[in-house]
Amino acid sequence: MAAQISPDSVWVLGAHMTRFARYPDRDLIDLASESAMAALADGEVTVGDIDVLACGSLFQASGAVGQRIQKQIGQTGVPVYNVANACATGATAIRTVMMAIKAGEARIGLAVGAEQMGKMGLLGGATKKEKKVFEPSGRYGAVTGVDGHLGTETMPGVFAQAGTAYAHDHGGVGFEQFARVAYKNHLHSTLNPLAQYQKEFSMAEIMESPMMSYPNTLLMCCPTGDGAAAVVLVSGERLASMPAHVRKRAVKVSASVLTSDPFTEDCQVQPDVNTLTRNAADQAYEAAGVGPEDLDLVELHDCFATAELIHYDNLRLCEPGGAGDFIDSGGPFRDGATPVNVSGGLISKGHPIGATGVANVYEVTAHLRGEAGDRQIEGATVGLAHVIGLASACGVHILEKAAA
Amino acid sequence: MAPARVPLVDYLRLEPEPHLVAQECISCGARFFDRRNACARCGRTEFAPASVDGSGELRAFTIVHRAAPGIPVPFVSAIVRTDDGTWVRSNVVNCDPTPDAVKLGMRVQLITHTIGADDDGTEAVAFGYEPV
Repeated sequence: MAAQISPDSVWVLGAHMTRFARYPDRDLIDLASESAMAALADGEVTVGDIDVLACGSLFQASGAVGQRIQKQIGQTGVPVYNVANACATGATAIRTVMMAIKAGEARIGLAVGAEQMGKMGLLGGATKKEKKVFEPSGRYGAVTGVDGHLGTETMPGVFAQAGTAYAHDHGGVGFEQFARVAYKNHLHSTLNPLAQYQKEFSMAEIMESPMMSYPNTLLMCCPTGDGAAAVVLVSGERLASMPAHVRKRAVKVSASVLTSDPFTEDCQVQPDVNTLTRNAADQAYEAAGVGPEDLDLVELHDCFATAELIHYDNLRLCEPGGAGDFIDSGGPFRDGATPVNVSGGLISKGHPIGATGVANVYEVTAHLRGEAGDRQIEGATVGLAHVIGLASACGVHILEKAAA
Repeated sequence: MAPARVPLVDYLRLEPEPHLVAQECISCGARFFDRRNACARCGRTEFAPASVDGSGELRAFTIVHRAAPGIPVPFVSAIVRTDDGTWVRSNVVNCDPTPDAVKLGMRVQLITHTIGADDDGTEAVAFGYEPV
């Protein structure tokens, strides 16, 4: 399968990601600008060709990051959209540029995702402020912090509960299946020089590493870190007038979908990461005219091992209820039926939040171009990139290789 | 004199017996523990208080070993579906915080416990679920 260039289609023209790591000597703008410049060069365009810029950065969302990038790479006066959408921030930046191109307001756009987290440690748990006088406040009339008294608000815990909820409803899922997800992603990362960590761990090392929130041990949790990624998108109409060697490397965005939570009863008290992911996947498959069986690789949002396992089912990569069997049978390993997170995933490649949803698209693009080096999935022609941010936002992009 | 007691959250009522009270959409029956401008399911705007069953089933859990400073660990965080179909987030209490003791699908019952006192001696009362 290879995509033709129709005028109303949208394509990835250039892509780049920095290695995810910790960069104490560089700032967010340095990282974002490096990726932006490199993505422009990769697409053989200049900042003067860019009609729209969308920039995703969660923790500096109010910091005009997009405009500060312009001051580094070129102030052309084009519209800038600074976006924040939890862990789907990067995908939202891409989606914003997609919409501008599809609306006919831009022919070429740049989406940048960047984050500098350093060693933030555990996310999501509120430090409890001990009040001297118990007085109700907030929407629940709480007299003190509820985290730890009425369940957990920490990210490893919230996603652990999503995993055990799946285990409640379906057989064949336990501690070992979740651990095997992390084993796979650490193993995959040894082939990816852009990954924050590139080290293999044994199942025993993963299962015996410090318990964060059962069943998620430390080695089943993504790290915090720094990094940036950028993609240049172009309309099919504009791409058709570009040189043959540029067209050949372009990758079609066959589907670009963003969803939020529809009402479910349980999502009033715990995040429901399933329903909106299923909706996004179904919409994306419909839009792209491909099915999960057509995918040569998937980059999905494995913020924790428990999350990856349930997304096998949500993205229809396995039989309904069969996520445990899928990992046990080797399906998502790089030599399996549907390779998942051959980059090492968030667990090992890293998760600088704003960059993640752009980096996933970079990764799939690299494989479809045949430029992924040692980790290349040979002959890849169709891939899917998925991210989810709590509260919730889910982005799914399906990419296809260009016709020769 | 017994110390004054206040519920940790306003949807926990201590009298006559401890129970939770949800805001129920009078049109579709969806339940919420905070105020809503309109029902998130059907969009109607009228709600009425509804008492929530104290017993239910453990639908999801995690055993938290790392938490924010000041929060005692380990503890069992839980998602419970009560027998009247209400979803509640809380802790499993009076149960070993180990995977062997905490079982998905086990029956649980709401109980209350004191989590501390303020400078005036007023005690805060939380709710949790214990295995039955």
